[in-house]
Amino acid sequence: MKLDARTPSGPIENRWDKTRFDMKLVNPANKRKYNVIVVGSGLAGGAGAATLAELGYNVKCFCFQDSPRRAHSIAAQGGINAAKNYQNDGDSVFRLFYDTVKGGDFRARESNVYRLAQVSVNIIDQCVAQGVPFAREYGGLLANRSFGGAQVSRTFYARGQTGQQLLLGAYQALERQVQAGRVKMYSRTEMLDLIVIDGRARGIVTRNLVTGAIDVHMADAVILGTGGYGNVFYLSTNAKGSNATAIWRAYRRGAAFGNPCYTQIHPTCIPVSGEYQSKLTLMSESLRNDGRIWVPKKQNDHRSPDSIPEDERDYYLERMYPSFGNLCPRDIASRAAKRVCDEGRGVGPGGLGVYLDFSDAINRLGIQTIAERYGNLFEIYERITGEDPYKVPMRIYPAVHYTMGGLWVDYHLQSTIPGLFVLGEANFSDHGANRLGASALMQGLSDGYFVIPYTLGHYLGSNKFEKVDENHPEAQAVLKQTQDLTKKFLSINGNRTVTSFHRELGKIMWEYCGMARNAQGLEIAIGKIRELREEFWQNLKVSGEPNELNQNLENAGRVADFLELGELMCMDALERNESCGGHFREEYQTPDGEAQRDDEHFRHAAVWEYQGPNAKPIRHVEPLEFEYVQLAQRSYK
Amino acid sequence: MTMNLTLHVWRQKDVTVPGKIVHYEAKDVNEHMSFLEMLDVVNEELINKGDEPIAFEHDCREGICGSCGFMINGVAHGGHKNTTVCQLHMRHFKDGDEIWIEPWRAAAFPVIKDLVVDRSSFDRIIASGGYVSVSTGSAQDANSLPIRKLDSDLAMDAAACIGCGACVASCPNAAAALFTGAKISHLGHLPQGKPEEMERALSMVRTMNEEGFGNCTNIGECEATCPKGIPLEVIARMNRDFIKASLQERPPVAIAGAG
Repeated sequence: MKLDARTPSGPIENRWDKTRFDMKLVNPANKRKYNVIVVGSGLAGGAGAATLAELGYNVKCFCFQDSPRRAHSIAAQGGINAAKNYQNDGDSVFRLFYDTVKGGDFRARESNVYRLAQVSVNIIDQCVAQGVPFAREYGGLLANRSFGGAQVSRTFYARGQTGQQLLLGAYQALERQVQAGRVKMYSRTEMLDLIVIDGRARGIVTRNLVTGAIDVHMADAVILGTGGYGNVFYLSTNAKGSNATAIWRAYRRGAAFGNPCYTQIHPTCIPVSGEYQSKLTLMSESLRNDGRIWVPKKQNDHRSPDSIPEDERDYYLERMYPSFGNLCPRDIASRAAKRVCDEGRGVGPGGLGVYLDFSDAINRLGIQTIAERYGNLFEIYERITGEDPYKVPMRIYPAVHYTMGGLWVDYHLQSTIPGLFVLGEANFSDHGANRLGASALMQGLSDGYFVIPYTLGHYLGSNKFEKVDENHPEAQAVLKQTQDLTKKFLSINGNRTVTSFHRELGKIMWEYCGMARNAQGLEIAIGKIRELREEFWQNLKVSGEPNELNQNLENAGRVADFLELGELMCMDALERNESCGGHFREEYQTPDGEAQRDDEHFRHAAVWEYQGPNAKPIRHVEPLEFEYVQLAQRSYK
Repeated sequence: MTMNLTLHVWRQKDVTVPGKIVHYEAKDVNEHMSFLEMLDVVNEELINKGDEPIAFEHDCREGICGSCGFMINGVAHGGHKNTTVCQLHMRHFKDGDEIWIEPWRAAAFPVIKDLVVDRSSFDRIIASGGYVSVSTGSAQDANSLPIRKLDSDLAMDAAACIGCGACVASCPNAAAALFTGAKISHLGHLPQGKPEEMERALSMVRTMNEEGFGNCTNIGECEATCPKGIPLEVIARMNRDFIKASLQERPPVAIAGAG
């Protein structure tokens, strides 16, 4: 496999302009002759589908939820970054680019990140024009707040529901195109496989989740905006339905997987309360603007927080990272929390928690201001824990939140299969080894509104397409395989539920491939996952019928894929003999416990190529060049 | 603390066959569980016994995606203020409680299975006009149009709707006025939404009626059970816009021109 990132040359600030100029265009009258499939209706897929339809392409959009408005982008709370510099505090496109590359621990492609920073400003304009009710100042202009990993205020927000409002903007744009007849929407329809004909992505196989019908859909190009794979850990902040099936089955058809081990553990989530726990709830990182994080200085201190005097508290982020303090990046804050809990200073049941305390902020700003900024987050917290954060400090603990890895894409967001494009969290492109807060929404919308509309046109305009329909032998073969797989799940008739396998996989991943990893543990994990996968195919119990709404059957397919993906993540983590961003290998740390990169040997993206079931995939590398950002050890001290 | 509960759950194979209430015992329920986690545990037991698990809709489980929702003891989402079913925790119940669980009931929300209903009518209401017609790329600078903070806040209040359908399920008329009014108000409070305000009201209200939702008679059950606190005044705004637009409505003018 030859990796061509198609990275443009020349001054970085001109690269996207130049690329756009060099791209082929499709005549407006011809656009409607092209059929495009978009899988996923979140910020990336929804924005992409709407924009492509506006341009005149024939779009089919698929989502597994009952409505495109439910895509998991909706749950993003804190905000979206943009280099508007409305605050006049020193921000610029270059600074956003720099912060993102540095925040990603120098493991992202410079050209992609620069483009992201450039179009960030257009995103805010577009969303405001759609009627997204961003927070405003009394003068009527847009408000900003600061976010982890940045020293400027560049984050736009809509209370604690920024993702919801941006997604509704994209959803409404999408529905406008549905009404216009340019998008055919397939809700409750899950992509189960990719159809590749003559080396190009030409269609997908789907299951209608209500009738169970398995169908073929053909197109001239396929776009995946299907999100991340954090649910491989079972417990994560992802929605229950978030899954890797679309990208994983594309991987099995030849789309290479970039940096699968890069996982983001978010520092501020509500701690686990019991075995029955089905998911973890994030408390927006924006809380770290005004909340102070601390644990008792003494081990096993079970006093209530208000009876621990000030001088017996350790505000460890402020102590360890004085210049960023509570606003240091996510990977650093998460590891610091793990460290103090490992020292026996954690709080709450099981000692797996730290305090996030608002009492200083309430004294300084008043309850009213705090309520305006974080009211809905405080309500969520109280609803879940039964404790009132206006009176008692929140207890938080890190949880799996985002996956920086994903299908490898070039500068055009095309995977290693021509005609298969991958947007948003589903690709690996912009965040390196760690994503900064408020950058996921930015990337999803950038890819969907402002990148794919150009690059897809170039692909369509520079290729000839044979007419293929669903009777093509390759399409029929993939259809048959999908039908057989569905039957297989229902015929094993074992003794163990899908959830029980998923939960066990999650525990293995969290234990050995979570916040801290080491070679020995990763090898153990690979062995355990293989055993578990073997048992899965012998002992799985799926109830119900194939031709009906069968949530158990849906989950079986998703967990089967997680059982393979988990192993790949561990292999990738094992081969990357360095620490960087969210990937922390205990063997590679500085004397004071920070991530120790090895730029000489690992300044590259690891790109995995599938070799067949139970065969070891091949690890390719895409070297990363840094012309504009000086490689340095990340310091937030 | 744990508790034992008796659940009475609506089971229905699909829209073509009648459903019925089936009784289940939920044992040793932990007070820190969410309501859906309690159902997860019941479902695991059902699968282990070879029975069909109870189908219910859910996704984010943090109260924002709008997927979940059913009637608990006759009240949408269980009746706790600003709380969806996924955020309702078992500490609000006590040992020995009997809980009745039924799907949203409305002609415009046909049952798909058990507690899962078809809410695609909501999508069609939005598709008929719940947007600003601004294609990607045609926006001006975001700060070129200041918006009074109050208007922006009111728009946000209405935009908080998650489209769960509790308003419809709670309404004796199965009206979708709160849902439709929320979108009309969200966009109507903003200058970006003004140019299409009248067409939007006409189109969305007509679609709402065509989809088989009932009429609003100002009962207020919707506001009382809305998990996002959408206020009744959005319905007043919808009615005002609709009446105004109806009076102004003209047949489209044929465009003639040279070239």
